[in-house]
Amino acid sequence: MKKEEVPQDGNNMHDGTFKQLFYATDNAGQYVPVTSVGWEPENVAMQQAWEEINERVEKAKAQVLAGEISPVVYYMEKTIMDLPLLASYVGKFQWQVKRHMKPAVFNKLSDDMLRKYAAAFKISVQELKNIK
Amino acid sequence: MDEVLEVMSDIQFNHEQTAHCESGVISNIFRHYGLHISEPMAFGIGAGIFFGHLPFVKVNGVPGTTYRVVPGAIFKRVCKRLGVKMESQTFSGPEKGMEALDRVLEAGRPVGLLSSVYYLPYFPPAYRFHFNAHNLVAFGKDGDNYRISDPIMETVTQIDAKSLAEARFAKGFPAPRGKMYYPVSVPEKVSFEQPIRDGIKQACSDMLNIPLPMFGVKGMRFLAKRLKHYPEKVGDRKAVLYLGNIIRMQEEIGTGGAGFRFMYAAFLQEAAGILKRDELSELSAELTRIGDTWRNFAFNAGRVCKSRSVNNVSYAELSEMLMQCAAEEEVLFRKLSKVKL
Repeated sequence: MKKEEVPQDGNNMHDGTFKQLFYATDNAGQYVPVTSVGWEPENVAMQQAWEEINERVEKAKAQVLAGEISPVVYYMEKTIMDLPLLASYVGKFQWQVKRHMKPAVFNKLSDDMLRKYAAAFKISVQELKNIK
Repeated sequence: MDEVLEVMSDIQFNHEQTAHCESGVISNIFRHYGLHISEPMAFGIGAGIFFGHLPFVKVNGVPGTTYRVVPGAIFKRVCKRLGVKMESQTFSGPEKGMEALDRVLEAGRPVGLLSSVYYLPYFPPAYRFHFNAHNLVAFGKDGDNYRISDPIMETVTQIDAKSLAEARFAKGFPAPRGKMYYPVSVPEKVSFEQPIRDGIKQACSDMLNIPLPMFGVKGMRFLAKRLKHYPEKVGDRKAVLYLGNIIRMQEEIGTGGAGFRFMYAAFLQEAAGILKRDELSELSAELTRIGDTWRNFAFNAGRVCKSRSVNNVSYAELSEMLMQCAAEEEVLFRKLSKVKL
């Protein structure tokens, strides 16, 4: 990649402030560091990854409001965690966390357990119980 | 207290932005301790270039692809080959880990830290996934904030103690467990010649000789074959996500795949000068062209992602392009392994 070919496809994902560094060749074929504000294919892939996340969050939200699943799922999606990661944050087995995803089980959780989930999601217990 | 703060803020750390966190921290922190090594040189001596596709290791439900060796390996190899002795510690909990960090900083030593990017507030939000193997340098304290030289950022930055503790003690795989490291003895004079030879030898072997289909040049073909059948195997929607992940792993900060090809080419160029071997310059130019082939692949993959194309031809074409990358890299590393160094 030549210095002039280093892509400069900006988008709002970097907040306009962040530049990556690349190694590219100058006219004499010597490698030099060059900064880039972004590249279209990566921007597309990144945007799609976030669209997927947002869709999952919205879907979980609807299911929580419909009483099908507990807020644990919603906040797990929102914080981009998966089951193994969440289980390790709250110090439980995966099957236990899975149970807590049922509204009936979630409603009976101890305050202590709720606090652990709230801490993992970095929210208050109040926010955990009532999703917005 | 004031006195201590003054001493701590006296650490002068020369921050340079780099392309990748691990080789970047090596270059930045070694420079502080008197050993000058460029990022590409660290990457080459550490044999950082690699390829692996692991369909059964899923990250958020998407199969993993890597364009570099496993995190930590570059560091380990560079230290071994250059004779740098590191002190490296992990901790059972944040209190101990943060206290130990403060003590080292008080002693005037910048330290490398392993962290999860999810908890780094200064990171661009779009990049904040649960990636636990990010390296950065802490070099002082300003009140309650830590002074940070993050190799992929343009300038030095600061982070509050709470966020840093969360980043260092993130859960998941691999758990950083507060890992903290700094050189305790750096040789006065280093010669890069033998480390370069060893690094090249290892890179060739990793790319060509691992007897498993997922790794090295074979791994690229393995991925190419699977990618061809993504639409029929997992459906169009997931196929696009899988493809997007290949691009992201190739181009994303700290992981850039084509970026790694260019960085290794920069290493070969530097090595050619040190070892006085013109062949290495030629191979550097060849690898630059291969990097461009990778970028061409990513460019086309990006278009498929964007159109969310239902048409299987595009996946077959992308598969062909990957096969081309594999063929070219195989030729390159075979030539490289035969250069008399």
